[in-house]
Amino acid sequence: MVAKTTIDMRGAFCPGPLMELIANLKLVEIGDEIEVLSTDKGSAMDIPEWVKKVKHETVSIEQIGDIWHIVVKKMK
Amino acid sequence: MTKKIVIVGGGLAGTIIANGLCRQLGSELRANEISIAVIGNTEQHMYQPGLLYIPFGKMREKDLFRDQRSVLDRRVAFHLDPATKIDVSNNSVATESGKTFDYDYLVIATGSRLRPDTVPGMSEGAHWFYDLDGARKLREALENFDGGKIIVNVNAPHKCPVAPLEVTFMLRDYIQERGLADKTEITYTYPIGRLHSLEPVAHWSDAEFTKSGIKSEVFFNTKSIDAEKKIISSEEESDLAYDLLITIPPHQGAQVITDSDLGAGGWVPTNRESLLREGTNNVFVCGDTTNIPISKAGSTAHFEADTIIDNLSSLVSEGRMARKYDGKVFCFIETGSHNGTYIAFNYTNPPNPGPPSQMVHWFKLAYNRLYWLSVRGLL
Repeated sequence: MVAKTTIDMRGAFCPGPLMELIANLKLVEIGDEIEVLSTDKGSAMDIPEWVKKVKHETVSIEQIGDIWHIVVKKMK
Repeated sequence: MTKKIVIVGGGLAGTIIANGLCRQLGSELRANEISIAVIGNTEQHMYQPGLLYIPFGKMREKDLFRDQRSVLDRRVAFHLDPATKIDVSNNSVATESGKTFDYDYLVIATGSRLRPDTVPGMSEGAHWFYDLDGARKLREALENFDGGKIIVNVNAPHKCPVAPLEVTFMLRDYIQERGLADKTEITYTYPIGRLHSLEPVAHWSDAEFTKSGIKSEVFFNTKSIDAEKKIISSEEESDLAYDLLITIPPHQGAQVITDSDLGAGGWVPTNRESLLREGTNNVFVCGDTTNIPISKAGSTAHFEADTIIDNLSSLVSEGRMARKYDGKVFCFIETGSHNGTYIAFNYTNPPNPGPPSQMVHWFKLAYNRLYWLSVRGLL
């Protein structure tokens, strides 16, 4: 069963959504998913860019109101 | 019946909270209505920000330390007896010597630790300055350095988010002062797509790097280090050769947190405003130990500690919480050997670093001394 955790980065400036995602990916198993909640619109671009570079998978990107919901799957 | 407050961790956060509670709950302590105990694992209290200066010979090692008992209010019972298990279901803490401490209120302030061992080759092939042994070895390596490629490599997660930039700028000045600038190349690597998590700091650093000839590689998360060939490789499939590698190793929380099943990676799930451990109403978490997505830094721990002191004091004396933590962080930034700036921000206001000045640098040097008053609650 795929485990899914959520990291709430709304209104958090440092270390920021991508840095926090990188740190949290080290704590989950391959196949697990992490949902990042972010109010930083830059996250919708730099998270998928990095995820592609390191060959994880961006499952979904959705903007609901002011909040970006970005789901990433750990692939390796 | 005496209410017992137990603080696990004798670092900055635990010490400030213990001393602050003594200040606010003096009459309750006198009446024996409460007791305050700190469970620590070192006899010496270290001023960690001072480690930045050790590799450059700009601070003496003895100035980093004070006896832990000497920085604690005499009304605090200090137990040098590392915690081995925190049982939040039964309100108790077990220690290495076999003792069990029951509590009515608990503060977890166990901090973070370096984990170079989680990256293949890092312990063998890299230097760091985030602990005393590493800072000493780096000082020796710099003394023997006579030119070549230096890489400053940053890994996630790590505490003191501006220290990697500070060490880079101080390194630049150190190399210039030693007359090695012409035969030295400094490259800074960072995990995300810019030079720092904070966009204004990244933007400002970018200009400084260009001016100083410091190279950079972003989107660089260390996969492994070949200590023999002196090559560092990233998850993003980049290989960089080096002569001297200065790394900021990835961090994890304390072993006791993991052993007590209180949070993945040793980070305790914590409410970002109340600083209570999620799911409990008598366990506060402070400093690096929380999983709050905020800078792991001394100032963060200090501002959180002030909030916890107010709330815990109110809970004990009036049965209510006093206020919320607003995410306040303040960091000095050394921008070289002679200048500095600072940033301040909270959950709603972003940071905006001002132009570096000698005055801010001197403020930071002054704080390196004033810390010993600050941790005692005198400043």
